[in-house]
Amino acid sequence: MKTTPQKAKNRGYWLTLLPLYIFTLIFVAGPLVYMVVLSFLKRAEGWGVTNQFTLSNYTQILQPVYLATFADSLKLALISTALIVLVGYPFGYFMARLSPKGKQRMTLALMVPFWTNSLIRLYGWIIILRANGPLDQLVMALGLSDKPLKLLYTYPAVVVGMVYALLQFMIFSVYSSAEKMDWSLVEAARDLGASPARAFFTVTLKLTLPGLLSGVILTFIPSMGLFFIADILGGNKVVLVGSLIQDQLIKAHNTPFAAALSVVLMLMTTLMIALYRKISGVKDLEGLV
Amino acid sequence: MSEQILKLEQVAKSFGDTPVLKDIDLEIARGEFITLLGSSGCGKTTTLRIIAGLESPDAGRVVLNGADVTNLPPEKRSVNTVFQNYALFPHMTVAANIGYGLRLRRKSREEIDKKVTELLQLVQLEGFGGRMPSELSGGQRQRVAIARALAVEPQVLLLDEPLGALDLQLRRQMQFELKRLQKQLGLTFIYITHDQEEALNMSDRIAVMRDGRFEQIGTPGQVYDHPRTAYVARFVGSANILRGTVKQTGDSVCIQTPAGCAWAMAEGHTAAVGQTVSLAVRSEHLQFVNEDQEGLAAVIREKTFSGGMLRIILELEGGQTLVASRHGIDMDAQPGQRVRVAWDPQQAVLVEDDEEAGK
Amino acid sequence: MKKTGFRFSYLFMGLVLVIMYLPILLLVIYSFNESKISSVWGGFSLKWYRDLFRDEDMFEALWNSIVLGVSSSLCAGVLGTLGALGMSKIRCKANSFMEYMATLPIMIPEIILGMVFLAFFSLLGLPFGMTTLILGHTAFCVPYIFMLVKARLVGMDPSLAEAARDLGASEPRVFWDITLPLLLPAIASGMVLSFAMSFDDVIISLFVTGVNVNTLPIRVYTQIKTGVTPEINALCTLMLGATLLLVGISVWLGREKKPAKAEVDY
Repeated sequence: MKTTPQKAKNRGYWLTLLPLYIFTLIFVAGPLVYMVVLSFLKRAEGWGVTNQFTLSNYTQILQPVYLATFADSLKLALISTALIVLVGYPFGYFMARLSPKGKQRMTLALMVPFWTNSLIRLYGWIIILRANGPLDQLVMALGLSDKPLKLLYTYPAVVVGMVYALLQFMIFSVYSSAEKMDWSLVEAARDLGASPARAFFTVTLKLTLPGLLSGVILTFIPSMGLFFIADILGGNKVVLVGSLIQDQLIKAHNTPFAAALSVVLMLMTTLMIALYRKISGVKDLEGLV
Repeated sequence: MSEQILKLEQVAKSFGDTPVLKDIDLEIARGEFITLLGSSGCGKTTTLRIIAGLESPDAGRVVLNGADVTNLPPEKRSVNTVFQNYALFPHMTVAANIGYGLRLRRKSREEIDKKVTELLQLVQLEGFGGRMPSELSGGQRQRVAIARALAVEPQVLLLDEPLGALDLQLRRQMQFELKRLQKQLGLTFIYITHDQEEALNMSDRIAVMRDGRFEQIGTPGQVYDHPRTAYVARFVGSANILRGTVKQTGDSVCIQTPAGCAWAMAEGHTAAVGQTVSLAVRSEHLQFVNEDQEGLAAVIREKTFSGGMLRIILELEGGQTLVASRHGIDMDAQPGQRVRVAWDPQQAVLVEDDEEAGK
Repeated sequence: MKKTGFRFSYLFMGLVLVIMYLPILLLVIYSFNESKISSVWGGFSLKWYRDLFRDEDMFEALWNSIVLGVSSSLCAGVLGTLGALGMSKIRCKANSFMEYMATLPIMIPEIILGMVFLAFFSLLGLPFGMTTLILGHTAFCVPYIFMLVKARLVGMDPSLAEAARDLGASEPRVFWDITLPLLLPAIASGMVLSFAMSFDDVIISLFVTGVNVNTLPIRVYTQIKTGVTPEINALCTLMLGATLLLVGISVWLGREKKPAKAEVDY
């Protein structure tokens, strides 16, 4: 193609790219690279790091106590994600079948808790779950139990908090996938003699898979790092990788080890996103914004 | 021809490896209504975009009013476009849309207001100035788009299938209005359409495009009655094309087909005996004749009724197909029946035919 | 059969919504409770609101959060919008990498971001406080704006810009008169979303804040951890009100006119 006056003017657009490029390189790529570097450095006495290369930060993770933390985190994330799928998938699916007006209202109804400060919402659960709180009173009034459940500061409480904090991500992901779906395909499957269940598993599930997977990632990844939920609702009983990183950094001042933990966590996340892209063939996560 | 306003010289354009325009030449006179007619992908929109400056040609020149504007950006050409989807600015009122070009030219408020009022009157949208484009119907948006393009007083107005999105009735009405507007303003219109009826109705000249070339440029009468090629004959007049070898020449030419002798005007064509040629004859000129008269032997294959006409599909002996049409809802002859068809040789023309050669 | 299935879906969604709103409603109710013990209803009272309004630290934290939210969403708004715009205009091999990098902050656990910011800012020797908070928050606000603006640009009818040029607008004029106004709803809703995310953030703030700078979530977090007072209920109710207001604004902003493309009745 010939150079036209338009082409020359395009040069001005380079300037619009620069701020984002510079900011991202310095404040996103820079810190992440530094994190990787740190994770291979030896810790200095007290504060700071030395310039010595070491793998000990990584070997340290292999100690049973830290491996157990990773395992616990994974377990919690898996349980929470499974529950979120169980509740969020049907919700998103049903929501996509609502009338346009209904969809709009439902979106709004979900937006309010979604945008409410997450701490506030968690605090509400403290009130509900605390010993002799509303839940215990309800359970005892109904005669389901004769003594208070005292759920606050237990593992189930943390799970409830996780599910509650992350459920909307799943709902919106599944919804945006199911909404785009061509429902006539399901009807066609039914028409061809598939039972409702079969039609669901062969058609609906396949077509909403990108949304489901995206929802899984959007809930699984944060649930490994949301240490304050474990903190607030679990007391000190539940220790997650997130809490471990925070402790190592703030309390133990062991920056290299915290960095190594972060690198491992980061690798796990990247792997999951890569896997998602491979399976779903979609570049951007469904329903992210 | 009167004073020339726009000239394309050997303009060529490719997108990647696909050539879209192949060295086209075109001259347009001031005040002319010229239509670029062709099916989608023939290069008509690209031609228009090159004239507007929205696309730059790989080779060739665009001359506007005697000046070479090939490398001039669109904002510096006194040529304006009415876009296919109107491209009205959704965040501006109708008046702001129409006045936008004038605002860019730093006209005073009063001047802009006066001109906008005038234009709204011209396109019969008085009182619509305060509305947003989203509050208008398709036909109204169309008129706003035209008013907006006219506001800056272009020397040439380019219209890219401006009626394509409208329903049939509105389209007919707008055809008439556009033609009226063009006459009233004495402006040069370059109009794009794939609808031959629209082209025949409105144009002073029609340029039939195909595969990046002009197949024929001429008045509607020329293009309709004297198609130069089989493609034009089919596209503009939905004509039948028959192939055969020349058996006899003279004022009329006899073309030998397996079904008999088909007659056409010689009209400048120097067809030699024995040469393979094609003739074009439109369906309404086909007549059914008695067995004893001269004509082509055929079998009726199908009858359909559409657009107020009965279409009879005939298979000639030897396998070529013809379509005849006549007024009325039905005729006596039934599918399967053998008939003879003929036409006045004056109604059939010899055409160049590159399509059928391979078949 | 079909009918009951549909009723089940309503029941299900209704139940989930009730559970979703229950903790929030309880908070609001208890914020008006005279009694300090939340399980006992001691009558209607506004005393916790009174206490709250006397709490100067709380107001300082609120002010900090507002300053932080506004500045970081503004910074992210400029960076994200310009970046999305530039990438749409310029084909460059680095683009896909930079896009990945720029949107990475919302793809990885916040704890990692907090950790690396803490380490990196101390490496740079930046004083911890509002500056570091704004930098950190801008990093995770950019993706929202970038993605929303990018989606809007992709959906924008290119003939609008062409029409403007055709009428005589230079490239900068096209941007100013056409592109920017059409992007504004996307930028605005991106910035509202950014503000909400910034206003809500605990993890990253905990890591990058200085000793003297508290944001509201940090303050609430420490209060919840150390000992609960019903003052928090009152604060939460007020913040809920603010949230509702914000949602309202964003819904109002989101009610933009249909884009030109949808207007064409093909």
